Amino acid sequence: MRALTEGAPRSNGAFADGPPVEQAFREQWGRVLAALIGFLGDFDLAEEVAQEAFATAAERWAHDGMPAHPGAWLITTARNRAIDRIRRERTLLAKYKQLDLQETVEQEMQDTTFSDERLELIFTCCHPALARNAQVALTLRTLGGLSTEQIARAFLVPEATMAQRLVRAKHKIKAAGIPFRIPPAHLLPDRLDAVLAVVYLIFNAGYDGPGELAAEAIRLGAALVELMPDESEASGLLALMLLHDSRRAARFSEGELVLLADQDRGLWDVEQIETGRVALQRALALRGRKSVGVYTLQAAIASLHVEGNRDWPGIVWLYDELARLAPSPVIELNRAVALAEAQGPAVGLASIDRLEGLDGYHYFHAARAELLRRLDRPTEAHEAFERALMLVRSEPERVFLERRLASL
Amino acid sequence: MKYMLLIHQGTTPLPGTPEWEGLSAEEQGAVYSAYQAINETPGVTSGVRMGDPETATTVQVKDGKTLSTDGPFVETKEALGGYFFFEAGDLDAAIELAARVPAASMGGAVEVRPLEEEGW
Repeated sequence: MRALTEGAPRSNGAFADGPPVEQAFREQWGRVLAALIGFLGDFDLAEEVAQEAFATAAERWAHDGMPAHPGAWLITTARNRAIDRIRRERTLLAKYKQLDLQETVEQEMQDTTFSDERLELIFTCCHPALARNAQVALTLRTLGGLSTEQIARAFLVPEATMAQRLVRAKHKIKAAGIPFRIPPAHLLPDRLDAVLAVVYLIFNAGYDGPGELAAEAIRLGAALVELMPDESEASGLLALMLLHDSRRAARFSEGELVLLADQDRGLWDVEQIETGRVALQRALALRGRKSVGVYTLQAAIASLHVEGNRDWPGIVWLYDELARLAPSPVIELNRAVALAEAQGPAVGLASIDRLEGLDGYHYFHAARAELLRRLDRPTEAHEAFERALMLVRSEPERVFLERRLASL
Repeated sequence: MKYMLLIHQGTTPLPGTPEWEGLSAEEQGAVYSAYQAINETPGVTSGVRMGDPETATTVQVKDGKTLSTDGPFVETKEALGGYFFFEAGDLDAAIELAARVPAASMGGAVEVRPLEEEGW
């Protein structure tokens, strides 16, 4: 079994698979940048000198081999670059707070350990004073090391728009005094919720895509578990993402969505399921007697879904808990679908038909259509499939629904 | 860091209105003591009291001609109701103080604006 922190598959991000140097880059980027931002108090300068240090490393390591402590090497090199630059600018403008520190810094050149400041960085990126889409972009850029172009592509916005969003966010952090720190205890619960929401949003943005963002979200989730080992919901979220992602290869066949019941289990990533379950157990154990959080509940549901025989009453019960904690019509819809499996399509349909506010959601109509089909009411099923088809946006789901409709 | 906290009353009951009279003496007292506590917070420089937005006159100059209109520039509901300054370590401290402004929880909102260090 893999360690949790290694659970994430490699993606073709800014640092592609392959040579060990590039792998090291991928692993080090977030830590190096976090340390530099912590030291310099300036996102742009930190990013620039980090990039220079990585470029120097790419040249030098190819000849001399990797240093014993690549992270420390990168941080020290980048830091010295920053100091050189500040020194050059010093005559023009006493600009940065670390000017006084520069004498001591050089003596630390031999350091092999730097404190890990990724947590400070992610809490800064996900500060509630920033818009959610800026939180997401900044987190992917700084901790994930994705390029602006990659982030823009993933969220279907022009690159210039994404670049502007990042510039604005970094400017606000500086101008408005958003602190670079782990929030104090009385702020932590809310702030952690925001961080988890950002990571889950990144995961969902990549759920139907090529997996790049999903892999990045899992990497971030694993880092959160590593950095906050006592936070139940961090483990819960990691478990949820791993359990969903484990079925990635089986979810589509020849461009068509495959329902879980029809999926080829041979394509499921058993190792990832196992890692996900370990994370789930950890989340449950950490919560102790207190009630379980929303991510942990969803992970528990995902875990029941990958059992040989699905425990539908158990899934309904978990949805009840989830609806109690975070009431939403979408959760009620999922609960109704599980109820249909547990107690028959008539009960499920009655439950769905009581829901309001989901008329624009294709899954609502698709679920109704399926239950109507099972109840042998083809005319209504036909109508509901048509509604779903009008609303669906993903191509594999459209193909699936069309075939379903044709089979009536 | 220096911040300016701009208080937008929104639908907050204000003294002298029927809505304000609808509050219990205890609720009214809580509003006054909350503002007093804010004014006494280290780092706070209180602003000067402003008249009602209804008494505002908005001035614009177009083609060299001064145009005066009755009322605030924005909707009365969105108009500025008061302000104060706060010198704090970071935005979190300013947000926590803003959350203690009664208007923030009574139908209005508080806008936190950093002040430029260099001035004009």
